[in-house]
Amino acid sequence: MELEKLTIKEIHQGLMKKEFSALELAKRFLDIIGRKDKDISAYLTITDDLAVSQAKEADEMISKNQEIPLLAGVPMAVKDNILIEGVKTTCASKILEQYIAPYDATAVNKIKKEGAVILGRTNLDEFAMGASTENSAFFPTKNPADLSRVPGGSSGGSAAAVAAGMAVWALGSDTGGSIRQPASFCGVVGLKPTYGAVSRYGLVAFASSLDQIGPIARTVDDAEIAFNAIRGKDERDMTSVELNFKSQIPNSKSRFHREYSTRSAQIPNPKSQIKNLVIGVPKEYFVKGIDSDVEKTIRNAIKKIEELGAKITEITLPHTEYALPAYYLIATSEVSANLARYDGIKYGLSKQEKNLLGVYLESRGKGLGVEVKRRIMLGTYALSAGYYDTYYLKAQKVRTLLKKDFDEAFLKVDAIFTPVSPTAAFKIGEKITDPLSMYLSDIFTVSVNLVGLPAVSVPVGLSAGGLPVGLQIIGKPFEENKILGIAKIYE
Amino acid sequence: MIKKEEVKHIAKLARLGIDAKEQEKFQKDLSAILDYFESLKKVETEGIEPTFHPTERFLEKSAEKMREDKEKTAAPELAEKLIEAAPDKEKRHIKVRAVF
Repeated sequence: MELEKLTIKEIHQGLMKKEFSALELAKRFLDIIGRKDKDISAYLTITDDLAVSQAKEADEMISKNQEIPLLAGVPMAVKDNILIEGVKTTCASKILEQYIAPYDATAVNKIKKEGAVILGRTNLDEFAMGASTENSAFFPTKNPADLSRVPGGSSGGSAAAVAAGMAVWALGSDTGGSIRQPASFCGVVGLKPTYGAVSRYGLVAFASSLDQIGPIARTVDDAEIAFNAIRGKDERDMTSVELNFKSQIPNSKSRFHREYSTRSAQIPNPKSQIKNLVIGVPKEYFVKGIDSDVEKTIRNAIKKIEELGAKITEITLPHTEYALPAYYLIATSEVSANLARYDGIKYGLSKQEKNLLGVYLESRGKGLGVEVKRRIMLGTYALSAGYYDTYYLKAQKVRTLLKKDFDEAFLKVDAIFTPVSPTAAFKIGEKITDPLSMYLSDIFTVSVNLVGLPAVSVPVGLSAGGLPVGLQIIGKPFEENKILGIAKIYE
Repeated sequence: MIKKEEVKHIAKLARLGIDAKEQEKFQKDLSAILDYFESLKKVETEGIEPTFHPTERFLEKSAEKMREDKEKTAAPELAEKLIEAAPDKEKRHIKVRAVF
């Protein structure tokens, strides 16, 4: 049996019927990692001891004939910026090279309680800043579809591990596209949940008003199971919210939710309920600069849902072209504040200089990589005296306009379809020396983070060169179930 | 183009030790990126309120959203682990260099 190709539900059934044990499964995956990861470099750390002990626990649950959760015994991977107690968490940075996490992130705690088997920690752009995983301080990850190309980023290790069959699913984080873009580049499914749907406790902070943890998986169903396991209110993250997904009506009284509760949010039963859907296609996402293969593949995907009976309507999101500069101003401003914690004193790399300023300058200067420094510098500049109004405040006002664009669109449509990225996976080295061209890789994904919406990347075809192309389906806040339901028609 | 002096000033504000080569590189990179940001000037934002957070929950009835202001105790092992992580310490005290 090809254990590495099974879905979460198939594994669950196999374990319950005792066709294989969780330990066998874990060992099979560790073996695959041992063989394949030499070429792909998706993992920074293999947690084989942890995986084996968790698998044994799952087997014990099964042997007692207990009802086991869906994720129990299922081998998975965790991006190396999400804390696992007692395991190194490096964020792919020299400054945290030896850092051992003192506690579990809430998302990790939840999947541990479900009996998940953690195979290892996956590579990323340093502190999740990048779109190719080339900014890892240790090594770049390769795209399993073409080893000369990047897997996307920043959750490139998670996407590559799942695509190569080195994990059933993985946790990633998405601040401006870091789950969706690598999922698209590697041909897997990636969900960026609504801001607040998943606790950020234990996710190493990049930009706190944009960061969300989410799953990467081979099937939409697997992504949905994983999402349901990690979501929910957490008292350790005051921005997290509890949702009543059964009734599909967000239970919060906040304005954020009220504004969006005008249309019903049923889970579309694939195919039969697609008929009643209205899909918006924003004209601003099909402009000069988009690769013709990508455009053709996305247009075909749109045609497919139209043939199933959905109504397609062209919409306008007029401020789209300003999303990227607004995003980079806001994200880097938050970076400059969040990364002030790496001071060479509390934890991490420390250069013992003569005075305190020297410790700061040298620890940060030597410990942080070039892209991280560039973003700290940009954010510091944007927040500094004389520039705050011109840059930071202006960007936050543009954010309001972007939100209005989506509010108005969602009065008329159930979901919005766009490409995930203007191109398929690019060559390793192609964009790394030009930061601006790397930033442009995020052009279709950043709006969603600025507004806090959920979006899924689902593979819908291959380019002429055989590279995966992902469709982005954007939904209203807390309508993950709906966009995942729609995504299922592409499998 | 932003001035090299400005790059040095920002690096100092951000407590980043960067060498001459990096100064030059950042001068070029930051200038190009800031030029790109200039496009925001085209957007009319007169009378538009900023959105600092996607949910804006903090702005409405914030007291209702926050947990009670009560001390919570964590496991004593956690405190030990946090202290353990400090690179320079004496017993349970974290050592810091003199300011000057």
